[in-house]
Amino acid sequence: MSPGSDGRSADTRGELNRPRETLLAITDYRLAFDSFDGTAQVLDGVSLQLAAGETLGIVGETGCGKSVLARSLLRLNPAPPARVVSGSIQFEGTDILTLSEREMRRLRGRRIAMVFQDPVSYLNPLLAIGPQMTDALRGQHAAAREAQPSRAEARARAAALLASVGLAEPERLLASHPHQLSGGMRQRVLIAMALAGNPALLVADEPTTALDVTVQAQVLALIAGLVRDRGLALLLISHDLGVIAASCARVAVMYAGTIVEEAATATLLRGPRHPYAQGLLAAVPDLDRPDHRPRGIAGSIPNLLRPPPGCRFHPRCALATERCRVEKPLLRQVAPGHNVACHHA
Amino acid sequence: MTALLNATGLAKTYALPRTAFQPARLLQAVAGVDLALAAGGTLGLVGESGCGKSTLARLLLRLVPASAGRIVFQGQDITTMPEAQLRPLRRRLQLVHQNPGAALDPRLTVAQAVAEPLIIQSLAKGAALRDRVAALLAEVGLGAEFLPRFPHELSGGQKQRVCIARALAPEPALLVLDEPTSALDVSVQAQMLDVLADLRERRGLAYLFISHNLAVVRQVCAEVAVMYLGRIVEQGSAAQVFGAPRHPYTRALLASVPRLGGSVPPGDGQVAAPGDGQVAAPGEPPNPAAPPPGCPFHPRCGMAVPACRSGAPPALVDGLACPVSGAG
Repeated sequence: MSPGSDGRSADTRGELNRPRETLLAITDYRLAFDSFDGTAQVLDGVSLQLAAGETLGIVGETGCGKSVLARSLLRLNPAPPARVVSGSIQFEGTDILTLSEREMRRLRGRRIAMVFQDPVSYLNPLLAIGPQMTDALRGQHAAAREAQPSRAEARARAAALLASVGLAEPERLLASHPHQLSGGMRQRVLIAMALAGNPALLVADEPTTALDVTVQAQVLALIAGLVRDRGLALLLISHDLGVIAASCARVAVMYAGTIVEEAATATLLRGPRHPYAQGLLAAVPDLDRPDHRPRGIAGSIPNLLRPPPGCRFHPRCALATERCRVEKPLLRQVAPGHNVACHHA
Repeated sequence: MTALLNATGLAKTYALPRTAFQPARLLQAVAGVDLALAAGGTLGLVGESGCGKSTLARLLLRLVPASAGRIVFQGQDITTMPEAQLRPLRRRLQLVHQNPGAALDPRLTVAQAVAEPLIIQSLAKGAALRDRVAALLAEVGLGAEFLPRFPHELSGGQKQRVCIARALAPEPALLVLDEPTSALDVSVQAQMLDVLADLRERRGLAYLFISHNLAVVRQVCAEVAVMYLGRIVEQGSAAQVFGAPRHPYTRALLASVPRLGGSVPPGDGQVAAPGDGQVAAPGEPPNPAAPPPGCPFHPRCGMAVPACRSGAPPALVDGLACPVSGAG
């Protein structure tokens, strides 16, 4: 079923996944949301780098800003209320925050593609899959001011894309409406549409959260195969550390709009250094260790209209000292490739 | 030990309306389920969406009438008991929903929400009522400052605590928990699991715990039943079902759960493909309105033999509904 099972992937795997030139560099990115109640500092100085072909997971709990960050890469946060306070997002050497909306449309869905949590809300229920895909394909060419493919050419492309994400009988599927497809098939259709522009970066925001566990395993296998075979870079947003462990070589942990720790996935899972990352890991029930009792994190996430000064985690942290209450810890390297934003790490 | 709850041959069939495109059809949401739960016991019900686990819970609570079968609760047959007679028993059978935001009336304060079942069942009034409400909230870890608050002033975890307090108010013997932690973040989920463990210890409650999250079920439950397309396909102790699964579907479910340990990418810059193109169960659960003949799992099963593809679905024998896997 999976496109990764054709054998050609095995030999190219190591080469394609070796980090190459920097594809994406987010530097000290701050984003605020203005509202009647005040200004919420939703992203507070996020810095991240992603090389071509690299896989990075972003994990965090509700409201930590991970989806806002993902949408920032395609400039999908509506402004207002969103307002960029400072920072830059360099993608293939261009700061996308300085692009015009027309220039952005050439990137969006082409060099950077995105799939979302709930596939059904991103498909038009009244249209068959075929017209939705061909419209998207032709629209991308229009945005880039290139000659549009004919409807027949676009339809053939669409069928090929559906086949490439492991969907059988693509012709029949093109004539189907979204309600006739299962959740897993809809998400595959959206992944196929994301691939249409031949992107360098795939941003996946909770792509399997709405799916059952056996179907989740299939979609994760599909994404891993695409990363491997096409050399795609992947930014995967998830609340589920298990999903990230299965898909991403590196992981960044977010809390209240900041990245608190970033490391190779295996390193983080074995030895998290930030107290929040430690707490998050201790809270996950592990199927293989029924005797390990998950522990919660005391307190609750801060109101971003009035975030705590200093380290945003300090009110919930057992290690907090006076310094944590006044000085915001910056992400610093504690070992090669392992960064932690904690005065005590 | 006598069973607190005993269900035999329980079934629920829904008639799907006839449409312009399709004749009237029957949807068998639950088919021939036998269940027993001892006082103070914990039974986990796992399976994917549409497998009938929530319908089964609603049947056991008599929220929907059964199409066939028998439900005995605390020694009384409640299958067709008239509502007036059932009402005092309802105290002992309480439900906690998945979405605490939808389960609470936005216009009632926490105090009013928790007091409501006590008033309806005439269990307390006046000062005694206020004391009971405060004590119930304390039991789920909420202080008196929460009494005057409205649901919109609470976090998801706090709302779920209120729902649990409300379910505890009439002193149930059995709590049916339908995905009680699915809407919560993991750090809050862990707190909720602690609350549930404490309550069970203190009150000797029995839990019927419905979840798609196998790791959570493993934490809470001593017994587990795995459902697929309206039927229990495997049942046994949690240690047996999770440690030595016998049904191919149980094995596929367990193999599909992304692990924190085993599947970690091997090194920096290397991507692990889960299953690497090899998927535990291909395809998706079939439409319950048009189940395949024979074993409902056979279209996705790697062990299927010709006998699996026809006839009646295999019966649950010795906790396993698979003659193929059982034989070898």
